Amino acid sequence: MADDVLYTVEAGVPQNPIEDLLRMDRIPHIWCPGCGIGSTVNCFIRGLQASGLDLDKVAVVSGIGCTGRVAGYLKLDSFHTTHGRAIPFATGLKLANPELKVVVYSGDGDLIAIGGNHFIHAARRNMDMTVILINNMIYGMTGGQVAPTTPISATASTMPHGNYEPAFNLPHLAESCGAVYVARWTTFHVRHIIKSVKEALLKKGFSFIEIFASCPTLYSRRNKLGDGLDQMIYFQENSEIKNGADTKSVGVDFQGKIIVGKFVDIERPVYHEAMYGHLKEKYGEEYMPSDEIKEFISGQNGD
Amino acid sequence: MADTVVKKARGAVVIIDERCKGCGFCIEFCPTKCLEFSSQYNSKGYHPPILARKDDCTGCNICGTVCPDFAIYGFMKKKE
Repeated sequence: MADDVLYTVEAGVPQNPIEDLLRMDRIPHIWCPGCGIGSTVNCFIRGLQASGLDLDKVAVVSGIGCTGRVAGYLKLDSFHTTHGRAIPFATGLKLANPELKVVVYSGDGDLIAIGGNHFIHAARRNMDMTVILINNMIYGMTGGQVAPTTPISATASTMPHGNYEPAFNLPHLAESCGAVYVARWTTFHVRHIIKSVKEALLKKGFSFIEIFASCPTLYSRRNKLGDGLDQMIYFQENSEIKNGADTKSVGVDFQGKIIVGKFVDIERPVYHEAMYGHLKEKYGEEYMPSDEIKEFISGQNGD
Repeated sequence: MADTVVKKARGAVVIIDERCKGCGFCIEFCPTKCLEFSSQYNSKGYHPPILARKDDCTGCNICGTVCPDFAIYGFMKKKE
């Protein structure tokens, strides 16, 4: 790639630190001008660098969709899985190799619509993973169909007269299913996302971050909301930070107020601990866990 | 940098014109409003940003954090 260097940096000027974690041969990416997904990737990389995790032990799993492309752009162990099955794939990764830090990075259509079942069960089991959900309120890649996160009265290509299906309140869904860390931000809150990603990565258990992103090509254009920048200004003007707010009260209306913040941060035994504890109690010395599980449990207790 | 500057520059940005898609996030959310669209075009036909008020840049890297195309980043200049 030395021949087609896009830019040169003068002596004494630092390189962009996030480029270490991007597959630069694939950049520029395919996301539309004004799309917020790139900003979230930017913040995720900075959060990952701030967390100080061993990058050889971080795996990123994506499903299908615009946000599903993220795995392809990150220079980590990354997997692009079938539609909706990012969480089961990540669960398998974590079960086979408990020392991995597994991050699921996908969109609302992938994780909540087709993969909604997997989402609630991973949260119920408290599987040790970080789920980053980019909510652009619509199915972006397939042509702007209505998603379970589309607010009432918004127009979509399959709802030309306006949506009448109530939308999911995702922080409430995650909390009621048992997630131990729930936060929500918009692409405007870049510094908060970095901090939140760091916290979620270092949190033991099912941590969930929802990030609102603009979809200028399908959502904003069809609803006559302007371009990506106008959506960012909407996020800036209409979001309210309420850390620790009751997640029941954080539903989003069409172009209404968005309550953001860190809503839940609790402790609960993760899947591996529950399994180890139960089988140890039941079978005593006869229970012979794998070395990986033993290491994971001793590492957890050592912290 | 001319000798007559009153304010010492504290930061600067690196802009990779060819990656820019002209969304304007960096220009809108720059805390000191020191960026502007340039009159130049890149090969895709977008106007990339330009550091119009060099003395105002603090190198806070908000532009670099909000950029969806990894096309800009700020850094702090070392004191001489």
